[in-house]
Amino acid sequence: MSVAPSSLVGRSRQLVGRFDLAIVRDYGVVIAFIALFITLSVSSPVFFTWENMKNLAFQTAPVGIIAVGGTLVFIAGGFDLSVGAISAFTGIMAAKIFNATGIGLWGSLILGALVGLGFGIGNGLLVTLGRVNAFIATLATSIIIAGLGQVVTSGNLVSVASDNFTKLGLGSAWGIGYPVYVWFAFAGVCGFLLSRTAFGRYVYAVGGNAEAARLAGVRVNVVRATTFAISGLAAGIAGVILVSEVGTAQWNANTGIEFDAITAIVLGGTSLLGGEGAIWRAMLGAFFLQMIGNGFNLLGTTPELQYVIKGLILAAAVSLDAWARRRTT
Amino acid sequence: MTETHVRIDGVSKRFGGVHALRGIDLEIARGSIHALVGENGAGKSTLGKILAGVYRPDEGTIVVGGHTAEYRSPRDALADGITIIAQEPTVVPHRSVQENVFLGVEGGRGGLLDQRRTMRRFDELVERTGIELPARALPRTLTVADQQKVEILRAIARDASLFIMDEPTSALTADESERLFELIRALQGRGATIVYVSHFLQEVLSLADTVTVLRDGRLVRTAPAAQETPERLVAAMLGRTFDLTFPDKTPPAADAPIVLSVRGLSRPPAFVDVSFEIRAGEILGLAGLIGSGRSEVARAIFGADRATAGSVELDGRPIRPRSPRAAVRHGIVMLPEDRKRQGLLMLRSLIENVTLPHLDEVSHGGVIQRRREASRASELITSLDVRTRSNRSPVSSLSGGNQQKVLFARWLFDRPRVFVADEPTRGVDVGAKRAIYELIRSLAADGIPVLLISSEHEEILGLAHRVLVMRAGRIVAELDQRAMSEDAVLHAAFATGEGEGAAA
Repeated sequence: MSVAPSSLVGRSRQLVGRFDLAIVRDYGVVIAFIALFITLSVSSPVFFTWENMKNLAFQTAPVGIIAVGGTLVFIAGGFDLSVGAISAFTGIMAAKIFNATGIGLWGSLILGALVGLGFGIGNGLLVTLGRVNAFIATLATSIIIAGLGQVVTSGNLVSVASDNFTKLGLGSAWGIGYPVYVWFAFAGVCGFLLSRTAFGRYVYAVGGNAEAARLAGVRVNVVRATTFAISGLAAGIAGVILVSEVGTAQWNANTGIEFDAITAIVLGGTSLLGGEGAIWRAMLGAFFLQMIGNGFNLLGTTPELQYVIKGLILAAAVSLDAWARRRTT
Repeated sequence: MTETHVRIDGVSKRFGGVHALRGIDLEIARGSIHALVGENGAGKSTLGKILAGVYRPDEGTIVVGGHTAEYRSPRDALADGITIIAQEPTVVPHRSVQENVFLGVEGGRGGLLDQRRTMRRFDELVERTGIELPARALPRTLTVADQQKVEILRAIARDASLFIMDEPTSALTADESERLFELIRALQGRGATIVYVSHFLQEVLSLADTVTVLRDGRLVRTAPAAQETPERLVAAMLGRTFDLTFPDKTPPAADAPIVLSVRGLSRPPAFVDVSFEIRAGEILGLAGLIGSGRSEVARAIFGADRATAGSVELDGRPIRPRSPRAAVRHGIVMLPEDRKRQGLLMLRSLIENVTLPHLDEVSHGGVIQRRREASRASELITSLDVRTRSNRSPVSSLSGGNQQKVLFARWLFDRPRVFVADEPTRGVDVGAKRAIYELIRSLAADGIPVLLISSEHEEILGLAHRVLVMRAGRIVAELDQRAMSEDAVLHAAFATGEGEGAAA
């Protein structure tokens, strides 16, 4: 079998072409991040200060945690719309448990987060055994969970009248808020799962080609459901952090946080079609989104415009993904 | 009748690393039936698809009716009167026959459909062509043959003058094939040009005016059909004598133990009451037409689909393959029919594709020991002679043959107890084919029973020690080494007796 030299040239040219777009799709968020970072550093004296950076990371942490869990779901080929409702509900549960029992701050926060895990498992079962499309399944559970939140609170605010309760949300070590540590620790665990374990391989396999994974002996449903469980847990953790920051919980407290998280994931180059993606880039995406808001505040321009910008960036990211995929097939 | 309809000049096409076509020059006369023959992967379908605007050539030009054609889509080709009728009909299953026929050329005013006018047009068309079809029937209730007629009517409704037919009889019965041939001759009588892609040689010789033989992406020769014989065509397609293509057979020992035994396996309507045994070291061929139930039997043994009745015994003990995972645990492995859709993770590395089912063996507490993984996978990749720049490149960068070898590597990670290979050389170039044949033979020589499914009868005949032929979901013939011949296989695969037009 001899290969003509011309074919080698053709092949390498093709490879370069497909590489370019995929790289822009995968690492565009890094480029955009650096560009925005420099722009803001130059145009605002306040931006690149330790204080502002700390604040940015602190504000990003809850969305960042949800984005980390969501990245796993995305890579496995799923989609999770219910994380906003879950995070609000777990906040309510944490506050109620704290008020009603004597198990204290950490106990109530952990139980709250575990409620999120429970909902995540429910999502996973609905999508796999129930065979409901992930988008619809999590839309349905998000409506159900928001409804449950209204039922258990009668639609009212739940407040916690103890300073002790805000220790997680507002406490800090070495000047950095606890939520940031939680975010990075959670990301570290998920990143390890994804890149170093058999489970992580299965996540990529299931999202990349579910039928091939099944025929290779992978338990596709178990893997898929597990990603939803992890996403639910992430929403639970984010929920208790948020409630611990403000000391009050409400069924609709975190409306829209799921869209911020999804935007962050997609900005990080994780494909909506599954099989590809990385956690650290989703974290960068979340940070990037927060930076846009921060920049608008610092520069004193019309803050409402930030949503227009975020939306445009999201559309551009998805378009880039589609083009990159088109090249590879 | 010697006016040139289509002239092809130096057309080449590559897919990834594989040369599908190299420098093809060809003239197709207007009003002729021009056949393209060759082995799978010879490039005949690719050439048809380039003519029809499905693919664009990398090099070369196509001249249609005197002007240079640069088709960006099948729609462009259709504007020149060129249409393709694919192997599997592409009708819209939930719209009526009539709607399918006029799809895209409804001709209503302002987007509104004029039912009565459409109906009249349909009747005219039926009268003009003699193709009888129920206008209001839904295509999914029709046979494949009738669905093809829908496509042909559709092409005529669009004033097509060049019909490209890609293996149109592969899913038809002998009777239906004969009727299709009449229809094709009728089309020719109306002045149409037909490009007929097939590997049924007898069929080609009785139908075509001119035959072009392709081999490995190159044009071997174009000659009037009257000057060709099946033997001459086979020699041209293979480029060498038949026996040389396949490694020597080592028959299993007479006292070799039965490893896999299947009794009364059924999954209607795909297959019914399938029973057979495979001995250690035996290659059992499963032949039959596409849709005869061969792959479905393999999938049931592998646990990919569940059988509704019957039993499977491995080394004399009954097993119940409920999932591929369970089958793999028993040591039953399967190379699936479609390696891209059912086999590989195209974006992941060679190593990851090899170790996917075996991660437990290279992990400790769920954490992959990457060095161990890489060394075991690389060993296999090297021993199977996979040509790659790096074992960490995505498998999408490999040629078809090398991709298939990666799947072999996957299933040879542990010694399998039963190896099922469904179309192991589909879409693979000639060099890699030979390597895959060697590999299958060496598996058997090593005592592993192999169930081999292939649509290429030469492949089954060249490799298998024994052949089962399936038709319409049942095993209809068992041929041992002496009884094995292409004739016997085809005789059994098509309904017997009446299958004159279908025998190749």
